[in-house]
Amino acid sequence: MDLKLDAVTHRYSDVDVLRDISLDIPSGKITCIVGPSGCGKSTLLRLLGGLEKPTEGAVRQVGSPPEGCLNALTYVFQDFALLPWRTVEGNVALVLEDHKLPDQAAIIADVLARTRLTDFAGALPKQLSGGMKQRVAIARALAVNPAVMLMDEPLSALDSQTRELLMDDLVGLWTKQPFTAVYVTHNLAEAVRLGHRIVVLSRRPGEVREIVEIDTALDERAHGDAGLEAQQQYLWGLMREEAAAADAELMNV
Amino acid sequence: MSDQVTFRGGGFAPKRVRGLGVLVFVLLIAFAEWGTRSGMISALTLPRPSDVLGTFVELWQSGGLFKHLLPSLSRLAVGATLGVIAGVSVGVMIGLFAYARAGLVPLVAAIFPIPKIALLPLFVIWFGIDEASKYALIAFGTFTPTVVATYAAVDNVDRTLIRMGQSFGLTWWSIVRKIVLPGAMPGILSGLRISLNIAIILLVAAEMLGAQYGVGAYILEAGSLYDLERLFAGVVILSVLGVAVSSVIGMVERRLLRWRV
Ligand SMILES: Nc1ncnc2c1ncn2[C@@H]1O[C@H](COP(=O)(O)OP(=O)(O)OP(=O)(O)O)[C@@H](O)[C@H]1O
Ligand SMILES: [Mg+2]
Repeated sequence: MDLKLDAVTHRYSDVDVLRDISLDIPSGKITCIVGPSGCGKSTLLRLLGGLEKPTEGAVRQVGSPPEGCLNALTYVFQDFALLPWRTVEGNVALVLEDHKLPDQAAIIADVLARTRLTDFAGALPKQLSGGMKQRVAIARALAVNPAVMLMDEPLSALDSQTRELLMDDLVGLWTKQPFTAVYVTHNLAEAVRLGHRIVVLSRRPGEVREIVEIDTALDERAHGDAGLEAQQQYLWGLMREEAAAADAELMNV
Repeated sequence: MSDQVTFRGGGFAPKRVRGLGVLVFVLLIAFAEWGTRSGMISALTLPRPSDVLGTFVELWQSGGLFKHLLPSLSRLAVGATLGVIAGVSVGVMIGLFAYARAGLVPLVAAIFPIPKIALLPLFVIWFGIDEASKYALIAFGTFTPTVVATYAAVDNVDRTLIRMGQSFGLTWWSIVRKIVLPGAMPGILSGLRISLNIAIILLVAAEMLGAQYGVGAYILEAGSLYDLERLFAGVVILSVLGVAVSSVIGMVERRLLRWRV
């Protein structure tokens, strides 16, 4: 299932946040969205997942969600959003319980194995490190077999080593079983590491400034690869003045 | 010169200290015993703790304790349960629905300060002189503080968790049951500490106004005869009841809120 943004414009009272965005989210690929702070990336993600209605234009699903999909558009949040009173297993179970599946236990076991959390099934969130918490959130998202995963800066609450490890995990997960994702980040290294396509937004009101495609397969993108380094430099060149301007704008408020 | 850096990071973290609460009671009672024996406190001012204990043992041996305590406990249980269930439900509604909030918060604010005891005659007319009016009084008294504590607790539930539930397509009822209620539980339980004690106060008040048996009736009878030993024996029962309620809630908190950091 693909997602399609059709000339989407979004406004909060009289502030234009997003202007005339048309974008395809192809299935089986990771689309990264980068842009300066406050340009409307999170807003775009909320529009994509139906948590908000666009002021103008439309968000469309093209095709139908895959077989056995329980929640087509599934978020992974920056702050994990785990229920502190439920165990790892319980947090994954939460999103399955309403569906009354006969194989719920098998699904949970499977996603916990894929995210290497089997040994922590009975742990409470307060006992886990940040990286593990985000892996639980990813396991929970995988459990509903989503058509598109909507990830809003999923790694930015983590330290840089944990972030590297989790990126490896995501690459591993995708390589074993490709999923569709929209991945919002302000970290260009994450974008060139995980993105098949990188959408650069301009400062507010956010417009599509450029779309960069990276053809290297995800599992061949090594840390410190020269080609990726060049892509990252190029992206930074695009974003630099926007970011500076956005920064100055925020200070004027 | 090498001074050790002064430690200044202590405190502000509640921890369990065993036995200290008991020690405070023991010291106070020992002081009263010593004061009444030495004559520093006259027998008219305060009964001697050992005499109160004697009265209490007598009451227990004569079977009078349970004759008074059991009706009181059942009134408390029925009234408080009704009040808490109604209070939590209304509190959750206020927390979740804008219309319930707009319509009910002023009403709750209006009935909160009414001394519920003043309404007992009204309840007697509505529900009869028997148990029902006592249940109603206790329920009504526990209801308002529970409502206030519950909706404040619901307001404090992390909204990102609720958004998460919605984004996974959980049903409304699942969100309430699995996210809102557990998230509000710490606030609801600390509200219960207050409302259950209010229930004990109202229990005694209701029994003073019309009951043959009950701790309140026992205290009233002792008071009208200026029998300070019996009066205090009754008061001790109430205090023990208060301590028991508080420790039961403490146990429930430790069980249900183990997830808290
Ligand atoms: N609910 C809202 N009501 C009013 N204004 C909003 C609302 N949500 C976001 N905005 C404004 O819209 C703009 C874009 O916000 P958004 O959170 O989408 O930006 P972002 O690109 O995700 O920023 P960041 O990089 O800081 O996460 C900001 O200026 C913000 O103040
Ligand atoms: Mg954002």
